[in-house]
Amino acid sequence: MTSSLLKTPFSADGASPTDAVSSPAALRRFLHGLPGVDQVGCEARVATLSSRSIKTTSKSLALDLAISMIDLTTLEGQDTAGKVRALCAKAKRPDPEDPTCPRVAAICVYPDMVATARAALGESGVHVASVATAFPAGRSTLAIKLADTRDAVAAGAHEIDMVIDRGAFLSGDYQRVFDEIGAVKEACGEAHLKVILETGELVTYDNVRRASWLCMLAGADFIKTSTGKVQPAATPPVTLIMLEAVRDFRESSGRQVGVKAAGGISTAKDAIKYLVMVNETLGDDWLDPDWFRFGASRLLNDLLMQRTKLTTGRYGGPDYYTLD
Amino acid sequence: MGFEYAPALESRSVVDLKSSYGLFIDGEFVDASGPSFKSVSPATEEVLAEIGQADVADVDRAVQAARRAYSRTWSVMSGGERAKYLYRIARIIQERSRELAVLESLDNGKPIREARDIDVPLVAAYFFYYAGWADKLEYAGFGADPRPLGVAGQIIPWNFPLLMLAWKIAPALAAGNTVVLKPAETTSLTALLFAEICQQADLPPGVVNIVTGAGSTGQALVAHPDIDKLAFTGSTEVGKAIARSVAATNTPVTLELGGKAANIVFDDAPIDQAVEGIVNGIFFNQGHVCCAGSRLLVQESVYDDVLARLKRRMATLRMGDPLDKNTDVGAINSSEQLARIHELTAVGESEGAERWSPPCDLPERGFWFAPTIFTGVSQAHRIAREEIFGPVLSVLTFRTPAEAVEKANNTPFGLSAGVWTDKGSRILWMANQLRAGVVWANTFNRFDPTSPFGGYKESGYGREGGRHGLEAYLAH
Repeated sequence: MTSSLLKTPFSADGASPTDAVSSPAALRRFLHGLPGVDQVGCEARVATLSSRSIKTTSKSLALDLAISMIDLTTLEGQDTAGKVRALCAKAKRPDPEDPTCPRVAAICVYPDMVATARAALGESGVHVASVATAFPAGRSTLAIKLADTRDAVAAGAHEIDMVIDRGAFLSGDYQRVFDEIGAVKEACGEAHLKVILETGELVTYDNVRRASWLCMLAGADFIKTSTGKVQPAATPPVTLIMLEAVRDFRESSGRQVGVKAAGGISTAKDAIKYLVMVNETLGDDWLDPDWFRFGASRLLNDLLMQRTKLTTGRYGGPDYYTLD
Repeated sequence: MGFEYAPALESRSVVDLKSSYGLFIDGEFVDASGPSFKSVSPATEEVLAEIGQADVADVDRAVQAARRAYSRTWSVMSGGERAKYLYRIARIIQERSRELAVLESLDNGKPIREARDIDVPLVAAYFFYYAGWADKLEYAGFGADPRPLGVAGQIIPWNFPLLMLAWKIAPALAAGNTVVLKPAETTSLTALLFAEICQQADLPPGVVNIVTGAGSTGQALVAHPDIDKLAFTGSTEVGKAIARSVAATNTPVTLELGGKAANIVFDDAPIDQAVEGIVNGIFFNQGHVCCAGSRLLVQESVYDDVLARLKRRMATLRMGDPLDKNTDVGAINSSEQLARIHELTAVGESEGAERWSPPCDLPERGFWFAPTIFTGVSQAHRIAREEIFGPVLSVLTFRTPAEAVEKANNTPFGLSAGVWTDKGSRILWMANQLRAGVVWANTFNRFDPTSPFGGYKESGYGREGGRHGLEAYLAH
């Protein structure tokens, strides 16, 4: 399939993404010109993909891939430097008894923990991601959000996870959301920008599709489902819609955007279902930690447990896996 | 990096295949008088079992058994008692669902995913649904005292062997009739396993009789003078022959025949789900579906986009061993059907339509046909008019809703249609205009026991499913 087949997807009036951002009215027209999502059909597709049976060699590959895609996360009021350092140790060597186990993609922390994480991770190759922009609610002034971002970047964050202004989005002020993402992107400098939609607050699948395009048009390097602080967090249908969005965005703009499913994914079985969705919606190009991530804290231990089961044929008890 | 799925085969060990099978008459398995024939797995051409061919005398014995069971047992039993048997059968189907799904996949060639997730659950659902009606017939709207018709002769096709059996047997038994059912020649095995289930459920002997065989067995059943009701699902050609043969009698007939359904995609459709619906419409069950969406009508303004998305999606379809849990498209049911698909697709090319299939390796043994679409098809092409009954889609375009309706209705068939649009008012308008028994809105190939199903024009007459399906087995 060549990209030339899909030169002008998805705009009722034939506007290209460049035209879409020429004015608030054009932006609104573009987003509302995107085809709707049929809820029943979308969920039926997810159910079929969830019935894939991933066994033996493909399971082993999927488990290692999933581990390498994790943003190992701690975002609590009770976080301390000690807690973050422990998590970093785990990120570098998730399974201390097996050197063939891959490291995770990144550690995800609040901005004040970035320097600690950087120091603990050293040159391990594990990135430091920091939430910013008045995470998780995003209810603050732009100046504060930008300062929050610059602080995290100055402390050494490789990646910034920002939240969109859901209030502005739901009230139809797409331009405000767009401008804010653009400003944060600028404040990021070299750091990669992940933009959190908080799909649990956008509620409808049509909103998820529009928000995905809005974030990509504004310069997001990644689009991310959730903060993990709102229920529901990542769900397979919402993630499927975002995968379709990044696929179509690359077809029309040539730029590839990553996807991060965050919150609520706690079992290896679930993680493999997400990888199947990525595989059958986007293919190889996105099956890489640079382009797909899991935001999770509990998921890693289940992946490790299943990985050991696959190699040894036995389950170790939970006490054989570290709690950090 | 490539994420290839390792083989994930469903085990065959759950099925206990015998080397040969007889007929099921009067609650017993008996030898057939005619010569036996082989039932093969279409995916591998492996011989699965020898099947007995019922001749005129066998069919007569089956009808006599059904008559005895009707007059002595089943028609005089209370509806509540009949319901108990039907509920029991439904529960046994659920308990033995894996066995039924594996055997259906082996014998028919359909993917185990579909047999497991669609066919068998629906089979149980139809029995549960009609079990519920058995003691409420007087409230079904067919008068104060609706009566069963008597002995029903039922002939079913090979595309959904067990599901079509359920569509036929469940309402007939709920209404108090007894049945003689003939499964299709190439797919007798699950009907014979169903006969075992009838034994397991202690169903009184003769209430369900299964006679296997080819067309001659079916003719013997149709021509039998003691049949009170005929129900047939299959080709329009055979349906017409049945209608002719009973024309001088007063035997009521239900015919569910061929189709050439239009799947209509408007420019405001939910495109990603519409593409899934197109794929499901024509590649579900290898396109061996009478209500398959075999004609895609796309609004010209979204034609390029829809086609590009459809081709990309088709390239991800997984074709191969039907017992692999990750297979999406299985084997063509028989060499005869494969030859017909080859013939009609060759005609499509010679008439100037453009043929496309995703790159895929077909297994060397067995009957296989790659998912195929034809573009540049016009209404005059044979591939737009004749039922191919395979994984072959003809793509046409339209400009206005009126033109879509005109093209959709411009066929001798009228079984089903699909409409894809975000505009609710247009869905209702289209549903009123389309001359098709089933109109799906933003979905396709969805079945439910509560919903009637049947055709207009050469797609047949009578309805199956729902309260309407009950009426076909009641005198009132």
